[in-house]
Amino acid sequence: MTTVRVALSSPLRTLARIDGEVELEVADSPTVTTVLDALESRYPMLRGTIRDYGTDQRRAFIRFFACGRDLSHEPLDTPLPGPVSAGTDPLLVVGAIAGG
Amino acid sequence: MAGVRILVGTKKGAFVITSDGARRDWKIEGPYFGGWEVIHVQGSPADPDRLYASQWTDWHGQVMQRSDDGGKSWEAVGNEFAYEGTTGTHQWYDGTPHPWEFKRVWHLKPSQDDPDTVFAGVEDAALFCSRDGGHTWTELAGLRTHSTGQDWMPGAGGMCLHTILIDPANSQRMYVAISAAGAFRSDDAGATWHVATKGLSSTSLPEPEAPIGHCVHKLAMHPSRPDTVFMQKHWDICRTDDAGESWTEVSGNVPSDFGFPIVVHAHEPETIYVVPILSDAEHYPPEGKLRVFRSRSGGNEWEALTKGLPQHDCYVNVLRDAMAVDSLESCGIYFGTTGGQVYASADAGDTWEVIAQYLPRVSSVEVQTLP
Repeated sequence: MTTVRVALSSPLRTLARIDGEVELEVADSPTVTTVLDALESRYPMLRGTIRDYGTDQRRAFIRFFACGRDLSHEPLDTPLPGPVSAGTDPLLVVGAIAGG
Repeated sequence: MAGVRILVGTKKGAFVITSDGARRDWKIEGPYFGGWEVIHVQGSPADPDRLYASQWTDWHGQVMQRSDDGGKSWEAVGNEFAYEGTTGTHQWYDGTPHPWEFKRVWHLKPSQDDPDTVFAGVEDAALFCSRDGGHTWTELAGLRTHSTGQDWMPGAGGMCLHTILIDPANSQRMYVAISAAGAFRSDDAGATWHVATKGLSSTSLPEPEAPIGHCVHKLAMHPSRPDTVFMQKHWDICRTDDAGESWTEVSGNVPSDFGFPIVVHAHEPETIYVVPILSDAEHYPPEGKLRVFRSRSGGNEWEALTKGLPQHDCYVNVLRDAMAVDSLESCGIYFGTTGGQVYASADAGDTWEVIAQYLPRVSSVEVQTLP
């Protein structure tokens, strides 16, 4: 098991009543999918707000960033970058810039 | 002393506005769910402390909230709205087939006698029900799978089921309205439905009197006369006195028969209220005057109610779920605007005061009359 840090967007932190980052215990070689599984298990109110029910696909206005990279379009079962797996860098769950 | 609790949904959160029965001093609490659009907040008639709220953003989709203490605290409940079985297509704006896709919950209708039972009208149009306080939702698929479903098309706001009425004396009988499909009635608690649009005419349709395609904006019913239903349509104000078997236009002398909300006085079943706006493109009041129109004859003859409302340079709109009445002895009328104001009248519309002036765009207004 390893500890992964996740930084959620402000609306998601408000919904889950979270201050700051979340630390999650996940299996070694974490992926976006395994991290989101753990996140939704601890915070069930986040189900359906980051990925869709049924398909588990990323919602259209959500982006995943880590270590300066955009992971949004990589397969969800791709291993996350080493610094995320090691807990030194967070996985960022970001709302797309779609406002004015 | 009796009081009122106004549940206000806005583009950027929910607000709860309260007063005692005098309705002179108002307290605003909120925003709840700040930053999220709150499409509708509704209280249970069976337990006034049980509230349900539909919360939504483009980014994160649908969230449902529930309060068990009259809005002081909230709990996120179930937000999975899965259509039953295989979903087909409905018409897109250009008439081409478009797959049915859940987008958001427009309207909540708690049961009259069970606080854990609540109906939800959603986009793309369908009716869902929760019987466990909002934790799980099941579609009443007989509506969406109606033989006309493939011909339904969205209105400008989306293909939304925005009105649910339940006959208080016979919970088997329900009415729903969908933009822009029309009105439907069920006599078996939502299992099966039939079209209830005979007598409606919409000039935007190739066949103005076609059974499907009418952009119904809102329905309203007085609990003592469930066979009489009033309708504000895209254009036209209408009524039925035979439970939707036939409709008659009662627009009469309103300056525009385009509008969104329609409500019925709590104690006078033939007294109804609308807020005309200029046209389908010009979503603001005629002449820049914000006027509520009241008919004491169930339509046709209307009077403008203006005292306390802005009568020049006003270009706000009142959305379909943003008007409600209380049931105090002197019936209170409330509405919210796209400019963020909430107006109240404690004397059935004769005079008005603004009780919230600077809220975000108001999506919905509901009122609970508290003992």
